[in-house]
This record gives sequence, C-alpha cells and structure tokens, in this order.
Amino acid sequence: MQLIEKVREFIKNHLVSLESYVNLNDEDKIFELGFVDSLFALQLVNFVEGEFKISVDNEDLDLENFSSINAIVAFIEKKRKN
Amino acid sequence: MDSQQQKIVDEARIFAEKEIRPYAREFDERGVLPRELMDKMAEKRYLSANFPEKYGGLGLDPVYYGFFTEEIGKACCSVRALITVHSSLVGETLLRWGTGKQKDKWLPFMVAGKKIGAFALSEPDVGSNAKSVQTAYEKSGNSYIISGQKKWISFGDIADFFIVIASNKSRVSAFLVERGWEGVESKPIKGMLASRASHIAVLNFDKVIVPDENCLGKEGSGFSYIVNTALDHGRYSIAWAGVAVAQEALEAMVTYARKRSQFGKKIYNFQLIQGMIGDAVTKTHAARSLCLRAGEMRKEGDPDATIETSMAKYFASKVAMEVAADAVQVHGANGCCNGYPVERLYREAKVLEVIEGTSQIQQEIIARFGLRRYTKKEYPERVRHSSKGHG
Repeated sequence: MQLIEKVREFIKNHLVSLESYVNLNDEDKIFELGFVDSLFALQLVNFVEGEFKISVDNEDLDLENFSSINAIVAFIEKKRKN
Repeated sequence: MDSQQQKIVDEARIFAEKEIRPYAREFDERGVLPRELMDKMAEKRYLSANFPEKYGGLGLDPVYYGFFTEEIGKACCSVRALITVHSSLVGETLLRWGTGKQKDKWLPFMVAGKKIGAFALSEPDVGSNAKSVQTAYEKSGNSYIISGQKKWISFGDIADFFIVIASNKSRVSAFLVERGWEGVESKPIKGMLASRASHIAVLNFDKVIVPDENCLGKEGSGFSYIVNTALDHGRYSIAWAGVAVAQEALEAMVTYARKRSQFGKKIYNFQLIQGMIGDAVTKTHAARSLCLRAGEMRKEGDPDATIETSMAKYFASKVAMEVAADAVQVHGANGCCNGYPVERLYREAKVLEVIEGTSQIQQEIIARFGLRRYTKKEYPERVRHSSKGHG
C-alpha cells in the first residue's frame, strides 16, 4: 500500500461521521471541516511515528502539517528526507 | 520480566511500606504532604521514575511505571497524586513536547524535587469541556500576558511552576509559568471529599508576563497536543491508581473477614461475604489486566493506546469504587470510621471516577471507538443464502 493510501485509510477509519458515505478529498482540511475531532490529533501523531518510523518533535507541531491528507503525506516525505 | 525494572518496583514497595503507608491517615487528616517525604522520594528518583535515564530518571517503561504507580497508590492516594501530576501530567508532557532548552531547564529540577510541577487546566466554569478555557492570553512584544483563574489544581498550592492552558479567541496554547512571577497567586481549597493532602488550590493569574520561550508546543497547539498528551498520561496513571485502591481495599476486606467473628465463627465462612470477596478478586484482576494491556500498547506506540488507556481508566476507577464500597460493607460500622483505612479508600475511589475525564466522558470516547470499530461487515445477499445451505 502506498503512503497516501495508508494515511487515507487511517483517517477514514477515524472519521467522526458514522454515515456510510463521506466525501473526503485529499485536500480537505480534516480538523477545520470536522471530519475528525481534536482527540484524533494525538492518535494521528502516534500513527505517523509508528507506521513511518519518523519522530514528530516540538518544532513539527504546526497545525498545517496535519491539516489534510496531502499535508500529512508531504510532512512525512519531508521528515523522511531529513 | 525485566529484572532491573522489577527491582526498582520491589524497592518502591518497601519504601512505601516504611515511609508512606504508616503516615497515610495523618496526611489525610492534616491535609499536608511533608516536604521531607518529597525530598526522600526525589533522592530515590521516585519523582521521575518514568523519565529517561539521560535526564536523571529511573527509565521505567509504561508497564513498570504502572506497577510503580500501583505500589505508591496502595500506600497513599495523595502521594500517588503527586506522581500523577508531577511525573505524568507535567513530566511526560514536557518530555514529549518541550524544546531542548525547556527540557534542560526544568527536568533536572523536577528529578531533584527542587521544582514541583502542576497542571492548570480546569476553571470554575470549565470542567469536561476543556477546550473552552476562559483564562486568556495575548501577545505583547516578546512575551505573552495571561489573565484568568484556574480551579481544582492538584498541588497548585505548593507547586513551583505550572503548565497553564489559556486561550486567545479560538486558539488554545500552553505556557510554563513560575510561581514567583508577579501576578501569580494560589489559595488552598479546603473541605475536599478526598485527595486531602494533594494541596488542591485555586490559582489566579493577573496580567502575568510570560516570555515567548515559555510557550510549550507551538502557539495554538495547546489543546490538540499539550492537553491531550497530558490527559492521556494522566488517565494512564489514574487507571493504575484505581488498581491500587481496589487491591488495597481487597486486602483490607480479606484480612478483616479472616479476623472478625460473628455468630460464633469467622465471617469469611459466610457465603455472602465470600460473594463480595470473589467479585473483588475478579474485578481487581480484570482491571489490572486492562491496565497491563494499555501499558504494553503504550510501550509499542500503538495508535489505539489512547483508547485502551481510556478503557483502563474508566474500568479501573469503577472497580476501585465497587471494591472499596464492598470493603466498607464487610467492615460494617468499623468501615465507616477512619480507624480503618477502608473509609479513606472509599472516599479516594470516588475521585478517580471524576478526574482526568469523568467516567461519562470516557464512555463517550469508548463508544465512538466501538461504533467505528465493531460494525459488522454486510455481505451480499447471495453469500447469506449460500451459507444457509451448509447449515
């Protein structure tokens, strides 16, 4: 499974909405638009660290880094390069 | 089993038996934890049992830190509360999200017990809805200015510094605030049901100037990361606190049932007493198993560890309440008097169902997890028909 698919699946498994069809795009702001709740923020960090073997540090706590599926993927790729 | 970590837990048990348990009632009655005890604990590195060794801590992993918390919690809830607040809520949050400079500044003092930390989130009108804190901050040059009031802050009356959660419109941020700064005041809260030696206080912040470098985490990340991290660690600690109270109450119940005679025989012979003991043993073991599972998941960095921790906290605090209530019942009138520790355990157990997220908040979190995780997959109709034929 590709990086973006793993991220997409993790987020889809944690959506606030329990309706069977939710239209979530890779650019959508997942926190701002209420797709996930604030409790999810920490789970997302744990997932990103565990799944992709990177470390999320103090300086990475920019909300923009975790704002959308694409932003998360870009963040992971940037951390991996470093 | 890790023999080095087990040795630390075994030594903590002996320390608790000698230095804490004999004085637990006195701490509760006087409403004070003596400074000398904190110094002794710091000397043993018990105020930093969960901190990595590179910062001077004992380096216990989450599972052994749980065992350690149980040993301290069995002896005295208020001393355990110090561990919960100082080591878990404040310590773990600083370890996780502090800058290198913040860690280097605060952690050595925390290990040495020279600086006690407290976590200032709750307010007079803000409890479960923690995101809506009214304590306000605003930017001013190279500083922030904080004003507002916090309430029910454990160790708030003696802590040397606080992690203060404040808001600016919809942005929530966390700040490291020192007691000695101008505009910081604390006032003890008396008349508590339990945690009477936890120095619970009201904190007032009147235009307190906080330098930029004391912002913990990025500005605006205060709720999503700082509060969530702190409460997650707090819940893990409270889960083990529940096991501690349940185990202590169970031991008191069994010991009393084997000594006390009525109707010409020891009361443990009565089946209704045995019913309570059987339930208490089973529930306590079940609570410990859930805590262990959460501990293992935390050790592995499993993303579901936060949910498992919520379950452990919810269940263990409930078990603590039930077992402590039955322990009082077995003791009869003696259990209703502070001459026996079960009276205190009963009061302490109730608090565990309230702090670090009430049981009802945990139920909602767990239910949302269950609603997502345990939906049965729907198979096409033809699959159901074909499987019937093989019945």
